[in-house]
Amino acid sequence: MRYLYYPGCSLKGTAKEYDLSTRACMKALGVEVEELEDWTCCGATAAQSVSRLLSLALPARNLALAEKQNKDLDLLVPCSACYLNLKMTEEKARTEPGTLQEINQVLAEAGLHMEGTVRVRHLLDVLSRDLGAREVAARVTRPLEGLTLAPYYGCQCLRPYPVFDDPEAPTSMEPLLRATGAEIHAWTMGSRCCGASHMTVKPHIGIDLVAPILDAASGADAVVTVCPMCQMNLEAYQDKASRALGRDVSVTVIYLPQLIGLALGLSSKDVRLDLNLAVTRAFQQRAA
Amino acid sequence: MNEPDKAPAHAPEDPQADPLAVVREMVRPCIQCGTCTGSCPNAFAMDFPPRVLWLLALRGEADEIFESQTFALCSACYNCTLRCPRGLRITEAMAALKQAAMKIRPEKFKPSRAFYGSFMDSVRRHGRVSEMEFMFFYFLSRKNPILPLRFTPLGIKFMSRGKVKLEVPGRGTSETLEPIFRKVEELEAGS
Repeated sequence: MRYLYYPGCSLKGTAKEYDLSTRACMKALGVEVEELEDWTCCGATAAQSVSRLLSLALPARNLALAEKQNKDLDLLVPCSACYLNLKMTEEKARTEPGTLQEINQVLAEAGLHMEGTVRVRHLLDVLSRDLGAREVAARVTRPLEGLTLAPYYGCQCLRPYPVFDDPEAPTSMEPLLRATGAEIHAWTMGSRCCGASHMTVKPHIGIDLVAPILDAASGADAVVTVCPMCQMNLEAYQDKASRALGRDVSVTVIYLPQLIGLALGLSSKDVRLDLNLAVTRAFQQRAA
Repeated sequence: MNEPDKAPAHAPEDPQADPLAVVREMVRPCIQCGTCTGSCPNAFAMDFPPRVLWLLALRGEADEIFESQTFALCSACYNCTLRCPRGLRITEAMAALKQAAMKIRPEKFKPSRAFYGSFMDSVRRHGRVSEMEFMFFYFLSRKNPILPLRFTPLGIKFMSRGKVKLEVPGRGTSETLEPIFRKVEELEAGS
């Protein structure tokens, strides 16, 4: 199994551990990833707030590069925001001939052309459908028995394109987490919005979105995420959420490939648990 | 996502002439059912709920809409787009309002403009976003000496983990994305 790999900007900065643990986890699962050469920013949420055409042209450049590098491989994307921008461009290019023409008019300036043949795949899609829980379970060397995990999906890997899961009540992470030997924390917050950039620009509103999620995770040993934005919102403001709620809601927040990696026998150093902002002492000991 | 009755036409964007033209086309089939409002995680903080925003758009009440903060509070969760029984691309309509607002009401939407502008400047300059540089320019453009302090604890956590580096911002330019940014500007100015 082999994929082209688009890390995206966050995974080269504040979400480094998501990049490093994805590579380590995929390697341990026998999956090869080939980084997209010369990739550039997908536009994040900023481009669509500034210009519709720019928000399509920036992802399109990367899809054009992917077609050039290897047209037979799917493009694996761990960041949900990057995934949606790339996916939306893929969808629009396929279903709106006028839009594809517009995109190519822009790309031509950079000497590129997009056919629209590359399939954009989220990491969770690849782990849950291409590999599957059975394949993961077969490689588990350190079962995470006794751990209760709260799967957190966020928004943009589920909506608006329901590709691999139920966008209202997602469950795709559960078989994977069970395969590690852990149990599932029963909650309904898995597809709730984390507030995205509100925590940065409008923190008084952001905290009203983040605090109830952390509150509902109470009783779980960790929240498991698949998006750097969700991860940061849930791990970086726990003090503030605790103050807002009037009780301690500290909880470990960890990326899915870090968690699976630990069960596959990788060390907490291999999955870079030292880079996470919220890992309880109890979890650290469990992972050691 | 429900299929729209008709693909939204991309009317020529001329926000100066009629800032609502694009959005009105996008939400024309709206039946005012309120599913968008009921689905919105940010509705609690909005002055007008999303449903009312579409009604105002259909009526052409631009002043009221651009006085509102509703679209600036959209966090792009896509609940409304997924659930809209008319298959309208509501999240995209919110984005279209953000684009129009920053052009026609630059003063009022200064914080958003600063945030997104700083981000896109960093991307244009380097091809990829440099998180440190983008926040640096955001603070600079806000001219608020207190604002950076709010982010200091988080910045220190990131730096101590080697996730971000303090660099002299704005050095070096990438020609990689410059032709793309220029062409988009040219096409949008001409439409």
